[in-house]
Amino acid sequence: MRPVEEVAFFVGASGALGGAVAVIALRNPFYSVLALVVHLVSLAGLFLLLHAEFLAAAQVVVYAGAVMVLYLFVAAYVGNTEEPLWEPIAGQRFLAPLLAGALFIELSVAILGTGLKSLGGDGTTIPAGFGSPEAIGVLLLERFLIAFEATSLLLLIAAVGAMVLAAKKREEAA
Amino acid sequence: MSLEWYLVLSALLFSVGASGVLLRRNPLVILLCLELMLNAGNLALIAFSRSLGNQDGHIFALVVMVVAACEVVIGLGLIVAMFRRRLPLNVDEIRSLQG
Repeated sequence: MRPVEEVAFFVGASGALGGAVAVIALRNPFYSVLALVVHLVSLAGLFLLLHAEFLAAAQVVVYAGAVMVLYLFVAAYVGNTEEPLWEPIAGQRFLAPLLAGALFIELSVAILGTGLKSLGGDGTTIPAGFGSPEAIGVLLLERFLIAFEATSLLLLIAAVGAMVLAAKKREEAA
Repeated sequence: MSLEWYLVLSALLFSVGASGVLLRRNPLVILLCLELMLNAGNLALIAFSRSLGNQDGHIFALVVMVVAACEVVIGLGLIVAMFRRRLPLNVDEIRSLQG
């Protein structure tokens, strides 16, 4: 195993984890969005290590670029809303991390307990052009054409739904 | 790098996202935590795709990205509508459905 890749993995993993923790720890939603950008860019680096070049590019351009800008606009629009310290469920602050820790242990046991041989190593040898835009495009337009069309329909429904939700009603505006 | 590391990292990121959904009360931050969980799933899909040498997982991850984008659009639309009606942006105070 080349040590360069291990160093890159740990840098990317610490960035992704640090960003994720910052998202839930920072009190100002604006900073949470910026922390999520750090998380997404680190995750794109990990995708590159896994030879998913097209997805890494899509992650940076679409997610960290476009979707996060939308979040920033809304965060700036609604302003900084401080969360009250009052807790409706007693002990929620302690129960939630406990449940998340239990979830992590359960997921880890499920993953490591599968005994899949291919998980231990670096993965099988992959053909040239694995994860390139060309390979993904061919798969998307041949084998997964129906899924591709279904996602386009979903996007259309979401766009129309957002317009209906966010549009100002006439009587409200008057 | 052994692929188990990627999968354990993905489990860890998913748990962080889940604890965020349970802890935070601002709907905007809850949406961000949902993004965290979806991205953890993406990382696992791509790691499995690498381990099997099969690119189907990449298509799955791409579809998850599209679903996440739709969720963001609808969620942010709801938040803007809530803000406009001067409803409190706190999921604990919005607990009744009205027609």
